[in-house]
Formats: sequence, structure tokens, C-alpha cells
Amino acid sequence: MTTATLTAAERPGTPAGPASPQPRRRFKVTPGGTAIAVLALFLAVVWLMPLVWAVLTSLKPEPETTAVPVRWLPLEPTFEAYRTVIAQGELMRWLMNSVIVSVLVTALTLVTCVMAAYAFSKTEFWGRTWLFALFVAGILVPPQALIVPLFDEMTFLGLVDTYWGVALPQVVAPVMIFILKRFFDAIPRDYEEAARIDGAGHLRVLWNVVLPMSVPILAAVGIFTFVQAWNNFLWPFVATTDPALMTVPVGLGTVQSAYGILYAQQMAASVLGALPLIVVFMLFQRQVVRGVTDAGLK
Amino acid sequence: MTQHASTGETPAVAPAPRSSSPRPARGTARRSAAGIWFVLPFTVLFAAFLVWPLIAGLWASFTDRSLAKEESSFVGLANWIEMFGDPAVWQSLWVTLLFTVFTTPPLVAIALAMALLTHRATARIGWFLRFSYFAPFLMPVAVVALIWEWMYQPGFGMINGLLETVAIPGVSWLTDESTVLLAIAATTVWWTVGFNYLLYLAALQGIPRYVYEAAALDGAGAWRRFTSITLPLLRRTTALIVLLQMVASLKLFDQAYLMTNGSGGPNYAARPIISYVFETGFTGLRIGYASAISYLFFAVIILVSVLQLRLFSRKEDAA
Repeated sequence: MTTATLTAAERPGTPAGPASPQPRRRFKVTPGGTAIAVLALFLAVVWLMPLVWAVLTSLKPEPETTAVPVRWLPLEPTFEAYRTVIAQGELMRWLMNSVIVSVLVTALTLVTCVMAAYAFSKTEFWGRTWLFALFVAGILVPPQALIVPLFDEMTFLGLVDTYWGVALPQVVAPVMIFILKRFFDAIPRDYEEAARIDGAGHLRVLWNVVLPMSVPILAAVGIFTFVQAWNNFLWPFVATTDPALMTVPVGLGTVQSAYGILYAQQMAASVLGALPLIVVFMLFQRQVVRGVTDAGLK
Repeated sequence: MTQHASTGETPAVAPAPRSSSPRPARGTARRSAAGIWFVLPFTVLFAAFLVWPLIAGLWASFTDRSLAKEESSFVGLANWIEMFGDPAVWQSLWVTLLFTVFTTPPLVAIALAMALLTHRATARIGWFLRFSYFAPFLMPVAVVALIWEWMYQPGFGMINGLLETVAIPGVSWLTDESTVLLAIAATTVWWTVGFNYLLYLAALQGIPRYVYEAAALDGAGAWRRFTSITLPLLRRTTALIVLLQMVASLKLFDQAYLMTNGSGGPNYAARPIISYVFETGFTGLRIGYASAISYLFFAVIILVSVLQLRLFSRKEDAA
């Protein structure tokens, strides 16, 4: 590790020191820099190996998957497994359910949490302080501890095996109010006061003043919520028994016996199930990274 | 995966600017009913799907409520007394703690190593590194379980295949009592390390470059700069990550359930406490007893969180 590697890469978000000149982009090959790159790439390959193995298996004809000794590359690559899985239709149904539930959870979380955060940040009302304290305390309650009484409640409400039953409990994420309120608190008061002097009500101030200034944090909260909802397993698993209403994690997890020990099909279904978020990540890496760090850190 | 940020601690990196006045000044924002309407939708959901099940669960833990019959009666502390004498409760709690001990150190150390490597490597491979390290975190747990069950497969799986090329006999990872929890822990490290990695990466990028340049001018070597600047400046982030990770590990259920096909593994060697709650409530249909165990789990989570916050704030004071 040499001095050169420290300044080797320009990094967005790193404030340049007052005394330091603008760092030049240096791609000089140093022994330390090469060692770091080699080590980093080695670790990356190790981490990608399970994914590569899954993709390669999905491209094998079924008899080849159980050949001994283990071969990595398919002898006769084929998309047969993908064709079969898609033709069965179940997986496509689960993907659609996942989209519905995740969009529902994300939209409801954004609307309810933004409104609540605005109220805590910009308005005064009776009980404001203790209600906020109650929500912050709610952050500590693990959702896993609630599944049994929650199922009981959903049975009573008749919401078992409905999209609402799967989605609504996931909307209760008080940590998002906490994150949004901190951001709203930082918006200078002058802006909303100007709007209010012009006669704007709270809804207008929120929509025309606060929201346009909060796009990055809204994106962060939205992405984080969507990823969590997309991958949530325990509650959707408890709340659905009808395969037609299952999300991807639940369907693949419980109906995996549908694919029996057909490994190529299992892996093809896995690749298809993982693909949507992976593609989103490849297209919007910067936003996803921000979303996870912003919402995860606070 | 359900990583919930369960702390109000201010992290080392706070991209959002902070205001000097958290409370609205009197007079400018009139005390009005408007705020109540704004908090109402979330409050209703919070009451219905968090507060209510919390209270209903506590009440149910004092009854013999069951999914198998309509009426239930008050049984006092019977469930709680049964719970403290139930070996399966303590065994599943032990599995949960063991899993937390297995997973937390590597999930923190590997995440830090990955973040340091990415931070130091040239920007040209940065995109590829972030993708490789973080992509598994975005995969649904069922996909992760399917892929790893296939890799752990004793006959034709990849891992035994690799072992056999170096003449080590294969292991039946998921059906051997002594390896099943370790195998699930290894899968978990692979799957979730990306989250901690991104938190570390953000923290590293928040350290101003001039700090290093000043140290370099003073003649501090690379190792010295790492131990005297990087690690101390990452302390708050590390504290946060350790806390989030321990709580996340204690919540083990998904991958353990799926990778043992719901059996909990040989001799229940991979049955965490939430799996036992799940079995008691939904297979045994005993809502009352399952609620009592849920509360034990809840208490463990709170205890660990409070202990850690105390520990870290004491360290902070000492530093």
C-alpha cells in the first residue's frame, strides 16, 4: 500500500480539503495498487461464483446437472429449462404479485410517512411530542414477534389471502418517518413562510415547496422500501396459502417441490426470480446505493 | 432479509444537512388541527398493525387461545411457566445466539475489507466491485436458498465438487447435525454482507482527503494512517453496523426454514427461536403459547440493543 493509491481515484462526495490542490487522476501502476486490484477482483469472483454456477446449471439439459464428476460448463447449452418454467406460468404469476404488493407497500409508505413526517416537522398539534416518541419506540419492535397475533387479527378482518393482508402490515415502518422528518427539519423555514404568506395551505406547502426539495430522500426511502417489500418472506408466507396470491420469495420457497429435483428448472426459476432487482441495480446503481445507505444508516 | 435501522443514533455520515431548530418556532407555525390530519393515516396503520397485535399478543399469552377452537380462557401465567421449563425454547434460543456469534464477526470484518478494497482500487473497476459484492443482497431469500441447497448438494453440488478436486471427501452439509448451522451461516454471510459493505463504503467516502494528506506530510505510513485515522473515524459506523447486524442475526428465520425444508435440521440443530414460534403457532395452533415465546424473543432483542447502546456510548465517552 503506497501513498499513490490513496489519491489514485477521484471520488464523488469527498470534499477536497481547503489546502489540497484538486487531485489529479492518476492511473500510474504501482505494486500496491495492483495488489489491491487483484485482491479486490479475486473476492469479487468468489462472490459471483454462486450466481455463475446457478446460471450455468440453468443452461444445462436436465440429465447433465447430476453428472459426476461435477462439470461447470454445459456440454449442450439449452434454454429448455427457461421455456418449461415460463410455460408453467406460476412464476410469472408470482412476479406479477410481487410487483403489485411491492408497489402497494412503497406507495402507501411514501404517502403516509411523508404526511406524518411533515406534520411532525412543520406543524404544531396537541400530543405531537409523545406521538413522535411512540413512533420512535415502535422502531424497536421486531415484526417477527408480531406474526402470531397479526395472523389472528387478519383472520378476524378477513384479510388472509388478499393483497391488502400481505401489504398493510409492511407499511408500518416508523423508521421512515424518523428519516424523512430529519430531512424536512433541515429545509429552511423561509421557503414555507413565503408560500404561507401567499395563502398556501399545508397541503400546498408540502406538495409545492417541501416535496420538490426532497427528491433524493424520497428516492432513497422509496427504493429501500421497495427492495424490502420485494424480498420479504416471513409475513407474506404466513399471510398467503393460495399459490395464486404468493409473491416470488414465498412461491419459490414453498412450491419448490413443484420443480422436484429438476435442478436446471430450479436454477432457471431462481435466475428469473432474481433478475428484476438485479437489472434495476445495474441500471440505477448510484440511486440504489444512495437509497440503501441513506435509509440504512439512520 | 429484514435489516431495520433500529437506533436513533446519529451515524458518522449524515448526508442530510441538519437544522439548528428542530422545533417549529412559536407563532410562525400556528397551533392547528392540520397536523393531526396529516399524522392520522400512519397513526391508524400503526395502531392497527403494530400496537394492536402487540397488546393482543400480550393478552393471548395469558390465555389458552388456539387456532383449533373458537373460545379461549384465561390461564394466568401457565404459558410463561411452561415456557421457562420448555427445553425446546432454550435449545432454539441457543441456536439463535450461536448463529449470531457465527455470523456477526465475518459480516462486519468482510464488509470492512470489501469497502477498503473498493475505496482504494482504481475507479475503473469500482462499478464491477460494487455490483459483485452487493448483488446477492438484492436476491429473494428463496432464490438464495435454492442456489445454496444446490451448491451444498452432497452428490453433484459445486462445493463438494471443489473439495474433491483437492482430494477432500464430500460433506453432506445440510443434513449433518454438526455442519448445518455453519452452512446456513456461510450462506447468510454471502447473501447479506453487501448491506454492511455499502454502509462502510459511504462512511469511508465521508472521510475528508486532507486528513490523510496531512498525516502523510507528517510522515505517517499507510498502515499507521489506517490504524490512526481510518479505524477511529469509522468507530461510530462500526458500532452501528454491529448493532444492526446482531439484531438482524437474532431474527434468523427465512434461510434456516427454507434450507432445512421447515424441519429445523437434524435434531433441530438449525431451528431458531422464530421457527419455534412459527411451529407452535401455525403447526401446533397454540396462539397463546406462541405469543408468550414471541415476547421472550422481543425481550432478547431489546436487551441486546440496550446493552450495546450502553457499551458503545461508554466507549465513546472514554475516547
